Amino acid sequence: MKMNGARIVLECLKKEGVDTVFGYPGGTVINLYDELYSFKDIRHILPRHEQAGTHAADGYARATGRVGVAIATSGPGATNTVTGIATAYMDSIPMVIITGQVPTALIGNDAFQEVDIIGITRPCTKHSFLIRDVNDIAGIMKKAFYIARSGRPGPVLVDLPKDVQIAQAEFSYPETVEIRSYKPNLAGHPKQVEKAVGMLLSAQRPVVYVGGGAVLGNAAEELTALARKLALPVTTTLMGLGSFPENDPLSLGMLGMHGAYCANMAMTNSDLIIAIGARFDDRVTGKVATFAPHAKIIHIDVDPTSIKKNVRVDLPIVGDVRDVLDKMIKQVDKGSVKAAEFRDALAPWHEEIAGWKAKHPIGYKQSTTVIKPQFVIQKLRELSDDDAIISTDVGQHQMWTAQFFQFNRPRTLLTSGGLGTMGFGLPAAMGAQAAFPDRQVITICGDGGVQMNIQEMATLVQNRLPVKIVILNNNFLGMVRQWQELFFDKRYSSTCMELPIDFVKLAEAYGAKGFSTSKPGEVEKVIKQGFKEKGPVIMEFKIAREEKVLPMVPAGASLNEMVLNA
Amino acid sequence: MQHTISVLVENEFGVLSRVANLFSGRGFNIDSLTVAPTNEEGLSRMTIVTRGDEQILEQITKQLNKLIDIIKVIDFTDGSAIEREMALVKVTAEDESRAEVLRIVDIFRAKIIDVTPKSYTIEATGNPVKIDAILELLRPLGLKELVRTGAVAIGRGAKGWKG
Repeated sequence: MKMNGARIVLECLKKEGVDTVFGYPGGTVINLYDELYSFKDIRHILPRHEQAGTHAADGYARATGRVGVAIATSGPGATNTVTGIATAYMDSIPMVIITGQVPTALIGNDAFQEVDIIGITRPCTKHSFLIRDVNDIAGIMKKAFYIARSGRPGPVLVDLPKDVQIAQAEFSYPETVEIRSYKPNLAGHPKQVEKAVGMLLSAQRPVVYVGGGAVLGNAAEELTALARKLALPVTTTLMGLGSFPENDPLSLGMLGMHGAYCANMAMTNSDLIIAIGARFDDRVTGKVATFAPHAKIIHIDVDPTSIKKNVRVDLPIVGDVRDVLDKMIKQVDKGSVKAAEFRDALAPWHEEIAGWKAKHPIGYKQSTTVIKPQFVIQKLRELSDDDAIISTDVGQHQMWTAQFFQFNRPRTLLTSGGLGTMGFGLPAAMGAQAAFPDRQVITICGDGGVQMNIQEMATLVQNRLPVKIVILNNNFLGMVRQWQELFFDKRYSSTCMELPIDFVKLAEAYGAKGFSTSKPGEVEKVIKQGFKEKGPVIMEFKIAREEKVLPMVPAGASLNEMVLNA
Repeated sequence: MQHTISVLVENEFGVLSRVANLFSGRGFNIDSLTVAPTNEEGLSRMTIVTRGDEQILEQITKQLNKLIDIIKVIDFTDGSAIEREMALVKVTAEDESRAEVLRIVDIFRAKIIDVTPKSYTIEATGNPVKIDAILELLRPLGLKELVRTGAVAIGRGAKGWKG
């Protein structure tokens, strides 16, 4: 059957199993929207800003593991998606972004609302396509989804000129996709796996260092099984949180700049690090020259470019982390006697780690007069559902959430780790809630970041997305203020948000509920009230203004040079 | 250290800028870059000459491999390839220097492809070192204009790359 290009795009989305898209109409996608008007298989959610729509698609993808889809019109619509695309790219999130484009005959003419979005997003997309012929739509959409979700996932942009949406063609969706120049290596090499297990079983001070790849690769179960089988201490990056249950005694928590003392000490003193889906980011390694000086490094990653990018690697294994871990477990099982001996021999290492844990546990000084942000996070964990999904913005509250919330399941923390995008939390939670209407979705924000996409309150209310918004309000851009305090002699340049916002009234203006408190004794009551509400809620906690995130490895210092109290 | 990297790519629009972006995004200069179709339809081959430290070049080679439209990447730095380059050179040739230019052209087995009473235009091919050498000899005689293609490279031996 012949149909127009706009309809073909929707049919392709349906074939890919897309049930929800986040998009904003405009002149060059008006044909697409006209088809959406009568297309019942896809739910369209209208954000109040294209950046938020892109973050929402990202949050949807992070929470579900499926490909998130965002739509924007050409020109400013497209440029507004750039921060969202870059955020997804840095954290390897599978997304397809469809942008309208001026008619093919006008491309390059500086037409109204024309921009070279493919050129603009080239460094922050996994790949991109400009569709110039209606007959190419189905093939390109198939490729776009395949590229977005396979190998190391990432955002793929499809630029769709208006005339291509109008032109007619037969629709038939390809069953399979074959790209001769793109064949991700998924199966870990058995010889390398064998070597890795050999190295592991001869180590005395091993640490498993897990990144977001374990979450994206759905390897939490295998990771947990291997670690428990061999009693391996596990530390995760911010992006890796949830891949290994933090309530397990083997968990060291998060490592790096604001990581646990025991995690950073374990890395520094380790003789073998197994990196799983992690990329040795500068926030994790500290000063590279002194990073893990005694350790051999095994690096498992689906992306060969991650390996040896920042640190030396003794044994690389390129492959899907789940496949590799599964093979490692089987290899360990072959020599179960050796494994048992290995476990027993780790006792002194575990003792040493326990000593570090006891010496400087992650903690804070409680107060009876002002609300400590860490206390709010702990209360949120205590009072929220086990499978609650948490999103954050970027800054102090993000680190407090990472340190104190205790993540036990994968895909329950949605946070912008790589790009560090303020304004991410609220729209990402919106995307997650659209995917899981019955789960508790909580976004934890600061007063700075929440105002970067606060307009999405309207989207939440309109679409009955009952996201619980927690604002830790210190009237500061707290993380930058903390750096100014520690490294710039308390010269608080432009970090004080001088105008106090009435967040309760703001919630009410959007037709939502708002609660606020500045008293530690009321924290629990406010959280319970907020959670009881059926719709979206703002819970504002006016917190200790100059509370700091500690411990902290100053930028450029070694991992074991932590500021513990300041 | 100088590297000669051969890249087999899908002949799609935007490939060149994706490749160039990888270099420019890291503040790397490309000494030369050539690109043209191969014997297989839909495929092009690029030869890129660049320089930089080993670790960064290893990273760039991996990143090139990661680009969706790139089929194969080989770093020919170990001397396993034959490199050739062509230069078109316009050189002043008046009075006594006319004979000198002809002698140099003869020694380097180059060709005169355009003549005027005051100039010769020379076509020279060879490996880039040879091109450098002829240019060094011609320069004192009055080099008016120079166009170089940049190197192309092919592996030694019987084995051929597909495409």
